[in-house]
Amino acid sequence: MSPLEPCIALVGNPNCGKTALFNLLTGSRQKIANYAGVTVERKEGRLTSPAGRRMQVLDLPGAYSLHPRTPDEAVTCDYILGRLPGEVPPDLIVAVVDATNLSRHLRLVVALKRVGYPLVVALNMSDLARRRGVAVEPAALAEALGVPVVSTVGVRRDGAASLVEWLDAHFSIVRVAVEHVEPAEPDRGDVAATANDQREVERVLAAVGRLDPPIDTPSDRIDGIVLHPVFGPLILAVTLFLMFQAVFAGARPFMEALTALVAMVAGWINASIAPGLLRSLFVDGILAGAGSVVVFLPQIVLLFAFILVLEDSGYLPRAAFLLDRLMGGVGLSGRSFIPLLSSFACAIPGIMATRTIPNPRDRLVTILIAPLMTCSARLPVYTLLIGAFIPNRTLALGVGLQGLVLFVLYAVGLLSAFVAAFCLQFATGKRTLQPLQMELPSYHWPSLRNLGIGLWQRIEVFVRRVGTTILALMILLWFLSSVPAPPPGFTGPAIEWSLAGRLGSFLAHVFAPIGFNWEISIALVPGMAAREVAVGALGTVYSLAATGQDVAGALTPIVAQAWSLPTALSLLAWYVYAPQCLSTLAVIRRETGGWRHPLLVAGAMFLAAYIAAGVTYHVARWWLGAG
Amino acid sequence: MEAPSTLRPAARLTLTELPLLGEGLILGLSVQSDRVSADLPERLAELGFLPGARVRVLARALFGDPIAVRLGSGTFALRRFEADCITVQVLAPPVCGAT
Repeated sequence: MSPLEPCIALVGNPNCGKTALFNLLTGSRQKIANYAGVTVERKEGRLTSPAGRRMQVLDLPGAYSLHPRTPDEAVTCDYILGRLPGEVPPDLIVAVVDATNLSRHLRLVVALKRVGYPLVVALNMSDLARRRGVAVEPAALAEALGVPVVSTVGVRRDGAASLVEWLDAHFSIVRVAVEHVEPAEPDRGDVAATANDQREVERVLAAVGRLDPPIDTPSDRIDGIVLHPVFGPLILAVTLFLMFQAVFAGARPFMEALTALVAMVAGWINASIAPGLLRSLFVDGILAGAGSVVVFLPQIVLLFAFILVLEDSGYLPRAAFLLDRLMGGVGLSGRSFIPLLSSFACAIPGIMATRTIPNPRDRLVTILIAPLMTCSARLPVYTLLIGAFIPNRTLALGVGLQGLVLFVLYAVGLLSAFVAAFCLQFATGKRTLQPLQMELPSYHWPSLRNLGIGLWQRIEVFVRRVGTTILALMILLWFLSSVPAPPPGFTGPAIEWSLAGRLGSFLAHVFAPIGFNWEISIALVPGMAAREVAVGALGTVYSLAATGQDVAGALTPIVAQAWSLPTALSLLAWYVYAPQCLSTLAVIRRETGGWRHPLLVAGAMFLAAYIAAGVTYHVARWWLGAG
Repeated sequence: MEAPSTLRPAARLTLTELPLLGEGLILGLSVQSDRVSADLPERLAELGFLPGARVRVLARALFGDPIAVRLGSGTFALRRFEADCITVQVLAPPVCGAT
């Protein structure tokens, strides 16, 4: 950070379009980290103005007031009041307000003005305000507020132009040494003080001749149906069902194409490299291992696309509204729904999303049950086993048996999460009534650009993981599975003689009671790093065990042949709970500030996985034996 | 039907009792139960639920809890006990039920 570059901080209510404006100002030059000592995301970017001036831009978490209620709000307030360790106070605050909702958003501006930093107001979503006929003139508002005002449109490519122009023109003001600013303490924040600020806002709005917002917006009419006590839950159920159906059916052609591609590359390597260690490393280690994980990219992309669209359009808080009562039954609130839905993609963003839950107890319970949501890393394992063992039959009404089994696996995870939350409610003590106070932002069409950026970030993370962690583990596993080479007289597959083969036969003692063979036991070990690695590991293990056979991209028929049905069902049950994901445990440690909770989660999930797999195995054996 | 007081009956309600799509004017905030945290009125005030603000109930979930409330041009979901803390004066009957 150069001391010559001024720092401007974006501050505003939640849902004021602040992040879109930040993306517009800084483009892809963003750095995402954490604030020192707290787990709130710190988003910093760099802006170079047309005149060539460089500035740092900080996107502070949304806040309704300077009296924090959540960890996110606390960071914003402490930063503004100069109490955040390791942070230099801003040279300028850009107060972002929603132009369609000035009477609430301007109250924060009044409070910020009192703190004393140089301030400029960005009248965001000004296009929407004009369309609704509630737009105010920036000049008139500046006059009444006594603070410079520019209008911006966060969702348009050139929407920040006037703000950048202003920054250029007033660069010298921005450069004012802020050491002179002694941030004023905010008032006590009681109802009377808030009402006082509101009177000031009303005075300002009266001066600019603000028009009252229309009583019935299109968003309200949508809410009339979407939040309806009968149609609402119905729409929600259909949406979620379609989402999971699409993730499975829609991704299939792409996955088949990727599988064919992996097999083609393997064939090409087989043809061009002489048999030996190098060819084995490429074909058995890299392609059979990492290649069988890459195949699942289409499913993961589709799942994230659905979640991003639901989030961007404003539907997710509505779903939380509809489910609030249900979640209240197990001592949670609707607010927990959003982190839990994200956990279907991956528990890590899900756990980080719990920061928006104001109640610490609700937040802790949500963190603890998030790993029970069926994350996308479990999908490869489910898909492999369902494809190999569950017949592709259509039951009544066009519902496939394979899809139904998948749905059951998701449902068991969800049900277990509710049971866990219900039990945790007694462990965490007596509680007062918890407020919901959740904003339902106006609906809008998801922006393709934001959707693209969001999806690209996920794809990048996945591909990087396949290219680094998974690839490295696969090569390590290939190595362990290839050395030492068996003595000349050895007749079985070489892998049984190797280090991995010996480790596997040792672990097989632990897992034999629940029906796992040594190949599965070995695959579970690298699967600690990430669940989907187990599929790649099975690919490598079977590839090396099979004598001369080409398994890259063709794991399904092999496991279908090698395993019994009870073993497959047992592994499915294991993966409903599957504790092994070190990154999730690391995030839980970071978010809860200690080892107690991650160890509790790991222990409980291991136990649950072992019991569930064991019960499934023995019931299935008894059933098949009897039937 | 004659009411003894100058206020028409049912003119003063809690936000919970406000009919669906009916409009109300907030009169005050108060804590009704000892199971509710004492700073609830302050929090509601910060969202804009202040005396003098107009509110409208947009939707009620199954079993009437939670409710979606339009306040200015924002919409908030409140649980019943939160809406119980807000006293309103009925401004207009429900739009669709108006005679």
